[in-house]
Amino acid sequence: MKGTPTKQRKRTTNGNSLSVDGDDGGRWNLRLYVAGQTPRSLTAFKNLKDICEEYLKGKYHIEVIDLMENPTLARGDQILAIPTLVRKLPQPIRKIIGDLSNTERVLVGLDIQPR
Amino acid sequence: MLFVANPFYGIRGSPIPFSTTLIASVCPGGALVSRQNRRRAKPLEGLRKELTGIPGFDEITRGGLPAGRPSLVCGSAGAGKTLFAMEFLVRGATLYNEPGVFISFEETDEELTKNVASLGFDLNQLAADRKLLLDYVFIERSEIEETGEYDLEGLFLRLGHAIDSIGAKRIVLDTLEALFSALPNEAIIRAELRRLFRWLKEKGVTAVITCERGERTITRYGLEEYVADCVILLDHRVENQISTRRMRIIKYRGTSHGTNEYPFLIDENGFSVLPITSLGLTHGASTEFVSSGIPRLDNMLSGKGFYRGSSILVSGTAGTGKSTIGAHFVEAACKRGERALFFAFEESQEQIIRNMSSVGIDLESFVKKDLLRFQNARPSTFGLEVHLALIYKVITEYEPAVVVVDPITNFLAVGDEVQTKAMLTRLIDLLKLKQITAIFTSLTSAGSEQEDSEVGVSSLMDTWLLVKNIEANGERNRGLYILKARGIAHSNQVREFVLTDHGIELIDAYVGAEGVLMGSARSSQVARETAAQVERRLATEMKERELRRKQQLYEAQLIALKGQYETERDGILRELEEAKQREQVIASQRLEIARLRHADPDGAKVEENGARKARKGTVR
Repeated sequence: MKGTPTKQRKRTTNGNSLSVDGDDGGRWNLRLYVAGQTPRSLTAFKNLKDICEEYLKGKYHIEVIDLMENPTLARGDQILAIPTLVRKLPQPIRKIIGDLSNTERVLVGLDIQPR
Repeated sequence: MLFVANPFYGIRGSPIPFSTTLIASVCPGGALVSRQNRRRAKPLEGLRKELTGIPGFDEITRGGLPAGRPSLVCGSAGAGKTLFAMEFLVRGATLYNEPGVFISFEETDEELTKNVASLGFDLNQLAADRKLLLDYVFIERSEIEETGEYDLEGLFLRLGHAIDSIGAKRIVLDTLEALFSALPNEAIIRAELRRLFRWLKEKGVTAVITCERGERTITRYGLEEYVADCVILLDHRVENQISTRRMRIIKYRGTSHGTNEYPFLIDENGFSVLPITSLGLTHGASTEFVSSGIPRLDNMLSGKGFYRGSSILVSGTAGTGKSTIGAHFVEAACKRGERALFFAFEESQEQIIRNMSSVGIDLESFVKKDLLRFQNARPSTFGLEVHLALIYKVITEYEPAVVVVDPITNFLAVGDEVQTKAMLTRLIDLLKLKQITAIFTSLTSAGSEQEDSEVGVSSLMDTWLLVKNIEANGERNRGLYILKARGIAHSNQVREFVLTDHGIELIDAYVGAEGVLMGSARSSQVARETAAQVERRLATEMKERELRRKQQLYEAQLIALKGQYETERDGILRELEEAKQREQVIASQRLEIARLRHADPDGAKVEENGARKARKGTVR
């Protein structure tokens, strides 16, 4: 799925996934995999949103993929754990699993230097 | 199912011996039939089983893996776990039309496809036919950061999607334990695995989960705690530099199963388990005879030979012609049009054919007609179990009527006496069950007790021929005895055993006052005997002639004496006649005188009486 961000965006407009764009989308391309609207998924999304707003304001793009809707997508990014956050850009790809409640570890995982 | 309660009930549910089923389902067609029958009415519903299609495995588990449940296959590295799992899917797809999913945590789809291509499994074709779905799950610890609570719903969804997309009935997770090394939170993994197995059961797919063997536990991460219905252990042991693969069913809930360690093979046809154990003494006994190929030997065995399906031990020291007896037996079988199998552990096929042609046994033509097959292997090539397994495999495939194993003593190079005996017991049971007549040769080392060193198997044998080198007068000669022949009236005499250019000949050994003589001693003794006999005959003839002469002599004398007697008798008779006449003359003269004198008649009477008295006295 690497190199086909356009297609992904198209799918997001179909309503299968939720897309949140910052001002400078593309520098940080993040993808959050969830399975249904579980409390844990919602927590993860909220945590991610907060971290991005704080540290990556204006230069991130979040794509939420619900595997309940699109189970085939689990194969592409080798998703086992739910929720999983995949940092597609910048390279290299990194995966962060869990509900992102440990902000410090999320920052380490995303390789963001805390201010 | 019936067979759950009774181990002797085959998978067809009819009271046929276990082994019959074994034969039936070794071939794919037979297995299909079994399966169809199995699906038919079974009022008593026990644990449903799913045939794996792996030769032999379905026999030891009496029907395969528990259907719709997860089973654990564990073993150390290189034990054959992945192959077992893959064959479970491939056979399921090809034999039983059950699609399967292979979830690999270790190898990519391409690697797996290449790895099993050498076994004749075309995974690409199966995938194209939607019979098989390979899914490589890649997890890399270094890429993953853990930041709070999570579950493995992603894996579940992925499995669920894979299963649903091809309607899979079977699934393999190879090796699930990769999760433990990839994800840091073991507590979550354990909780999720518990959920996974429950979920797989709900899905109703038959799952095979492979895992590494642990140091002290069955599996490294104790997965047996979760998957407790069926645990299979694969083992790859090396003893004396010889490796043997073995399989054991550690547990199988709700069913009886073989509990032994079974050897298994991985060869060009894939995985095969060899359910060879002592099957018990339930084999039938044939009253048919098969010729040994040596007419005189048949004569020694009540004129007919060996019973069909019996086991014959031929023991003897080196160079006594044991293999030749085997070759004769094989030749006779091939001439009858029966298939023969020669397991040679000392010589190559070419060597045997050449050596046997030197004694006039042509084996090559039978090899060309595929009536005879050789299986040559050094005993040290494999372990005992593998040897047995290979023998079993070849016998099952080729279905010979006679088998020669030459020699069994060489197995002692790979196992001790107890192991060898156990292995041979199982081999003999197998052969008897299939009514295969078998000759086992056994080498006894010179000088050792002839009846002691037969790998302790002589009691298992029905017939025991002993070929013995008898050394005397500076030469070795071969003698053949029948030590035992169960159920056959047999000769208890030793025969001299001679290898000629037209095969083995048995000659009556000289038995007489000089003892048992063989070879040149026998022939010289026979010559001496002949000379003595001629001498005796001449002496007898001489005596007879003498007797005849004496008879003639005495007869001549007798005639002469008779003539003399007759002459003398005639003379005496004549004299008597003359005397009588004289007497009459005298009497008549006296009467004349009396008449002339007119004598008193009484006086004359008196005179007459007196004359009569006088005559009487004269006669006396």
